[in-house]
Order: sequence, then structure tokens, then C-alpha cells
Amino acid sequence: MHDIRVQVERYAREYGLDFFETVFEVLGFDEINMVAAYGGFPNRYPHWRFGMEYDRLSKGYEYGLSKIYEMVINNDPSYAYLLESNMDVDQKLVMAHVYGHVDFFKNNFMFRHTNRKMMDQMANHATRVRRYQDRLGVEKVEEFIDRGLSLENLIDYQSPYVKRRAERGDRADEPQLARGLKTDREYMQDYINPPEFLEEQQRRLDEAAQRARKVPERPERDVLLFLLEHAPLEDWERDVLAILRDEAYYFAPQGQTKIMNEGWATYWHSTIMTQKALTAAELIDYADHHSGTLATSPGQLNPYKLGVELWRDIEDRWNKGRFGKDYEDCDSYEERRGWDRKLGLGREKIFEVRKHYNDVTFIDEFLTLEFCLAQRLFTYGYSEKHQRWEVLERDFKKVKEKLLHMLTNFGQPTIAVEDGNFENRGELLLIHKHDGVDLKLDYARDTLAHVERIWRRPVNLVTRVDGRGTLMRFDGREHSDRKIEL
Amino acid sequence: MSLKIKQDHARFRDIVRGRIKNNLRKYVQKGEMIGRKGKDFITIPVPTIDIPHFRFGEKQQGGVAQGDGQPGDPLSAGQGDGTGQAGQGEGHHLLEVDVSLDELAEILGEELQLPRIEPRGRDRIVTTKLKYTGISPSGPESLRHFKRTYKQALRRQIASGAYSWKKPVIVPMREDRRYRTWKQVPLPETNAVVIYMMDVSGSMGDEQKEVVRIESFWIDTWLRRHYKGLETRYVIHDAVAREVDRETFFHTRESGGTMISSAYKLCREIIDTDYGAAAWNVYPFHFSDGDNWSADDTRLCVDLLRTGILPNVNLFCYGQVESPYGSGQFIKDLRETVGPQENVALSEIADKEAIYGSIKQFLGKGK
Repeated sequence: MHDIRVQVERYAREYGLDFFETVFEVLGFDEINMVAAYGGFPNRYPHWRFGMEYDRLSKGYEYGLSKIYEMVINNDPSYAYLLESNMDVDQKLVMAHVYGHVDFFKNNFMFRHTNRKMMDQMANHATRVRRYQDRLGVEKVEEFIDRGLSLENLIDYQSPYVKRRAERGDRADEPQLARGLKTDREYMQDYINPPEFLEEQQRRLDEAAQRARKVPERPERDVLLFLLEHAPLEDWERDVLAILRDEAYYFAPQGQTKIMNEGWATYWHSTIMTQKALTAAELIDYADHHSGTLATSPGQLNPYKLGVELWRDIEDRWNKGRFGKDYEDCDSYEERRGWDRKLGLGREKIFEVRKHYNDVTFIDEFLTLEFCLAQRLFTYGYSEKHQRWEVLERDFKKVKEKLLHMLTNFGQPTIAVEDGNFENRGELLLIHKHDGVDLKLDYARDTLAHVERIWRRPVNLVTRVDGRGTLMRFDGREHSDRKIEL
Repeated sequence: MSLKIKQDHARFRDIVRGRIKNNLRKYVQKGEMIGRKGKDFITIPVPTIDIPHFRFGEKQQGGVAQGDGQPGDPLSAGQGDGTGQAGQGEGHHLLEVDVSLDELAEILGEELQLPRIEPRGRDRIVTTKLKYTGISPSGPESLRHFKRTYKQALRRQIASGAYSWKKPVIVPMREDRRYRTWKQVPLPETNAVVIYMMDVSGSMGDEQKEVVRIESFWIDTWLRRHYKGLETRYVIHDAVAREVDRETFFHTRESGGTMISSAYKLCREIIDTDYGAAAWNVYPFHFSDGDNWSADDTRLCVDLLRTGILPNVNLFCYGQVESPYGSGQFIKDLRETVGPQENVALSEIADKEAIYGSIKQFLGKGK
């Protein structure tokens, strides 16, 4: 095994992959199921949902439905787990795949802000939560975690990259007076600062002051942060919520680069295997498992497949010079099909792309009409008329739009805190920025109830249901919906 | 690496157990659960055990996929399920959990507050159990005792002068090997038999039989919790009674009259021949719609119960399943005659929803 590792690592470096030191551990299926249930970490805070995930994985394995070949943790050094019962050729493939991931973790911009010592951090979180449980009882802490987890997707997926919150401090609390423009001459005052102008200015200042008193000043996308800062939490509750938020931010970039990252790792395992590492005897097993990774059951979108196909397409286009103004402007089908400037820029290009893109920008920039046709992509939706899922469109624009929508904000509804003192009663007002798809209502109600338990005052959510503005409300005992104008 | 997850897993099972308990009434009256029964486990769909999030309604959202098909074509099975959502494919399945029948019985007992059954005839039936007791110089390799083998080899080498403290190498020989041995310990065990009897005359319809089927499943489950090796026997009757297998029991429909005494006679015979009261816990259950052929036959039934059946059984249960055709007289007669007896349980079962309460009436006696 050691020899395989040294060999694969050497190939990976020769191709220019740049990764953290990677520690491989070999685990039995029970252990690998456990680690997978914990999201890849050997040590997490205690919670039943990990037990549930473990139950699911173990059953999947027992019934032969699924099997986890590998797992990588974005950490420095990175940790990768291999399944003990894999054949040597599998381990080789998996290692090559792993180096692809680690290279991606290390270089892609989305990961620039993630904690590379997350392994320690997670263990640290686990200890803290355990301590609370010892002190306060398992169920009490667990129940709070349930509520917190219910909100784990209410973070600002952009925030690590944007500095959005204004620095506070210099704002005085006393009302400001409009002074108008400066003039030394008393008699000019009325000309330079006519009363209407001064009034107008005063009004603006007052409005600004009013806005500043509102909490939050502008809609806060990081709902968890808002709750941390403003909800009446006990110290341990605040700490637990902060832990959940921290972990949510850690996992977010992995979700936002899934297609790229899996595609990248797949691209590299197949490149390394087919060009270097594979022996003739291993070919059949390799082909079998590789095709397993890329299988699209009829109509399914497999991120491994879509990702690797896009990477190959980019490489091919930049090798042949199928980009830029000349190519875009070319109208002749024949000419376009035979287009090959022999630029050989493919490798260079994909390395550049793996650095500066995430799934949204990746798809936006590189999913072309030709690609869409070649891969036979389509959109589907539920037909109320036929009570079944149906193929909707093969139109390139629609496909791309849908795909981008699914990836934007991590495929989650965009929800922000609008007001922490709604109707001047200390209630919480959340706003769902409706972009064409309604919320799943039963889930929304349950989630609202969880928010209420944290906010400890009634909570409200503005959304749109069947095209009509709706204010959903939970006051601690009852749910109610009210139609409103939007 | 020890499996830390076990704790979380146990916690998850606890929560599932709580959900099952809350929904038990619903499960009890549903027959489909029986269809999900494996050998020792039963698969139960547990509603809402996931953590709610704000998320999109799937049906409006749709997604992107790859493959054949023209607009308007239906997606094939499994398509469009958990696709898209780039890695967020949480799946929209109901959670299904396996619960052992033992655990299910436990839950049933807790929820219905059933008393533990005190088996009669304890220590009468004896089975054996293996117990590791000693060490022997021969045995299967899988039972080799490494420490004792080592000691033996050391002892031999010292005795023969082959041991040197400068080079402390111990090489066990064939005859040094030691193995664990076992002996068979007798284990007292109590056995039980359930004798199900059912009226299959024309007035007992499918609905009535479904009630009996569900109820007998839960009775089995509960009794199995208390007795190793529970046996079941099935008797059907109209004007005559005969013993059948389980399959036939639930699927036979006859026309004609009803003579309950015929079943009770056969029941007594079965007890007398196969299940001596000294060694067996016997549970006759009889289900009918309460119509008997004649008052004479009912008198005969009571007689049979008093003399032949009740003295030899833990508990005799009669369940009267309501049917539009039955007069429901039989239970009244039983109430007046044998009703007050300690080991008789009578229950009227109006419909599936009444099963829950009926089980409690039967098993609540702790017999």
C-alpha cells in the first residue's frame, strides 16, 4: 500500500497537482461508515442525526446498495480514508482521486477562508458540547442542537468573501441638525440654503437616523449571526449555536464547488490511471469502477459526470482554440466543427479555472450550447395534470438557467432577517426573497417553530404562496397565515 | 479507533422508539405492518424524524437531468428524485427503521401497560446452553487459549533446559497447545402454545378476519417475548371443526351453521394430547361473531370450558368481532357463566380501531 501511495503521489506531482501533505488511513467498512456519518471527521459532537446517518449507511452497505470508497477531509494535513476491503487497483484509483480533491481544496479560492485545522476544531467543538451535556443533561442540549441545526442553512454563503457590515462606532446617538452649506456672509444664507432645502436635508438626516435605529440596519442574510448577537440566549446556548454556525461555514464551500471538485478529482484519477498507473491486469476492474462513478442512471444528473465532462470540454476547447471572438463570431457550422488552432492551452486553462471559479461561475461561463446538446441535458418538472415527473425542455437557455438557479445560494431559499423589532413588539421578521419557487410549507412551519424557541418571541416570515404574498407567523403556540400585499 | 458513533446510534434508536410508541395505536390497527415482517425484524416507516429546514417545495422546483426523452415524456422510475441540488440530495424518503419483534413487544407492553406474564410450569422444560468452563489439551483451533499455551511451552522449555534468559524465545509445540472447553448446562425454559380458533361460517367476512389476523399478530408478538419456542395451532369451525395451517386459517370461508362446541372439543383434544398442563402454558383464543347454533350448544360450550379447558390453561380469550349478520349473543352467555373466572378474558371488537383496546383486555391480565 505504501508503495502504491508513493507511486501515485509522484505521478500527481508530475502533472502539476499541488496538494497538502495527505495522510491515508485504511478503515473497515464499519469505521468508514462512522466517519462518513460524521461528515468525514473522526470526532464530532454527540447528536442523534449522526447515528441516523450511520444507520442509513450501514444498511446501504449491508443490502449492497452503496459502498463508500473514499473520503477526504479538507485540512492541513489532509486526511483520506480508504476502505480496507478495496482491491489494490481501487486503492490506486482512489488515491489519485484524493490527490485531485486535495489539490482543489488547497487552490480553489472558495476555500481560502476555511479553517485548515478543522480536525482539531471539530474535536474541540465535540469536547465543549460533551461538557454541556454532562452539566445540563443530554436531552436538553440535544434539543437545542435540533433547533440550531434547523437553521444551519441560514448563513450568508457569500459573506466570507465580502465585507458587508459597516464598522460601527463614530455614529452619535443624539439627533443631528441640518446645517446647510457653509457661508461666511449672513445675508447670503437664505440664497445658499433656502428653508425648503434645509427642511429636505433635515428630513433625510432624520430618516437615516431612523434607519440606523432599526435592527438590523439592512436585511441580514446571516440569520444565525443575527440570533447570536440579538437573541436572549444563555451562554452555553450561544456557544452551541456558534459551533453550529462555524461548522456550517466550513462545509459551505464544499457544497458550492461540488460539481467542479468531483469533476476535477475524477478527471485526475482517470488521467493518472490511464496514462501512468494502470497495469494491464488491472484494466478491466478499473474500467468497471470508473464507469460506476460516471454512471448516469437514465435522466439523473451525476455531479461527477457533469463535472468531468465540463473539464474535458474546457481542456479540448482551449487546446483547439475554440474560444474568443473569432470562434464566437463564426457562423459556419462546418468551419466551427473542424476548428483547431492547435494552441495546446488546455492544461494551463483548467488549472487556472480550478483556482478562480465556483459551481455557479463555472457553469455560467463554460456550459455551452454544444456541450448541452452533446450531453443531452434537459429540465424536468412535476406535471400536476399527469401527476408525474416529466421532461420539460431541451432548450439550452432554459437548461442553463435552471441549473444556475439550483446552484445559486447553494440551492437554498434566500432568507434574511428584516426586522428584530417587528411591529414594535420585539418580534422577529424574516423575509424570503421569492425567486419563482415556493417554500415547502410544512417544513417552513416546523422551522419557524424552531426559530421561535430561540428568539423566544413570536416570529414572522414573509413569503409568497401560489403567487400571493403571505405572512406566516408562529407565536409559540399556534401557526397562522395571513395574506398580505407585497 | 473505537466506534464513537454507537452512542449516537443508540440515541437515534431511542428517538425512533419514542416515535413508534407515539404512533403505536395507528400501527396496531394497520394490517400492512404484518406484511413487512422479516424473520426477527419488522420494518416500520417512521414519520418526520429529520430536522426541518427552509427549503424549496420539490414539485415546483424541478431540476436538470441528462439522457433521453422528449418534452412531455414521463421520467422513468427513480428519475428526478434527489437529483440536482448539487450534492444536497437529501432524498425525500420516509425513514424506515428495523425494529426487532422483541423490542416491538416491549414497546407494546409499555404503551398498553401490560403486566409481565408469570409463566406457569417454570423449570419443567429443560434445554441446554454452552458454557466455557475449562482448559483441555485438544480442541478446535478457533478456541486456542494463547496465554495458557504460552505458559505450557514456557514450563516445558524451562523443564527441559531449552530456555535461556539471554534469548527468551518460546516456541510452542503441538502438545503445548491448550484449548478452551465447554460443558452443556441445563437451562430451564418455559414453553407456550397458542391455539387460535375462528368461526369461518358465512357471517364472518373479510373485514372480520382481517381484525383477527392483526390481533393475532400482536398477541403472538407479545407472547413470544415471554416464552421461548412459542407454538401456534389453528382451528377453524362452522358446524364442525378441523385443524388447519396458518394460511388456510385466514383464507377459508365456509357457509353453513355454527357449532362452537365443535371447536372447543377439538381444542380440548389438542391440549390433552400435546400440551400437558404441567409443562405448557396454554392460551386458547377464540374469535367469532357471536352467533351460535343453539342455546344447547352454548351450554355444551360452557361445560367444555369449565371442565376440559379452563383448568388446563393460563388464559382463555374470546374475542367477538362485530359483524352485520351476527346477533352477538355468545359473549353475553359467556359473561354470565364463565366471565367472572380469573383466567377468562372477553372482548368485543367493533372494528380495527378497537384492536388496540382489545389487546389490552386480553393481555392485561398478566396471565
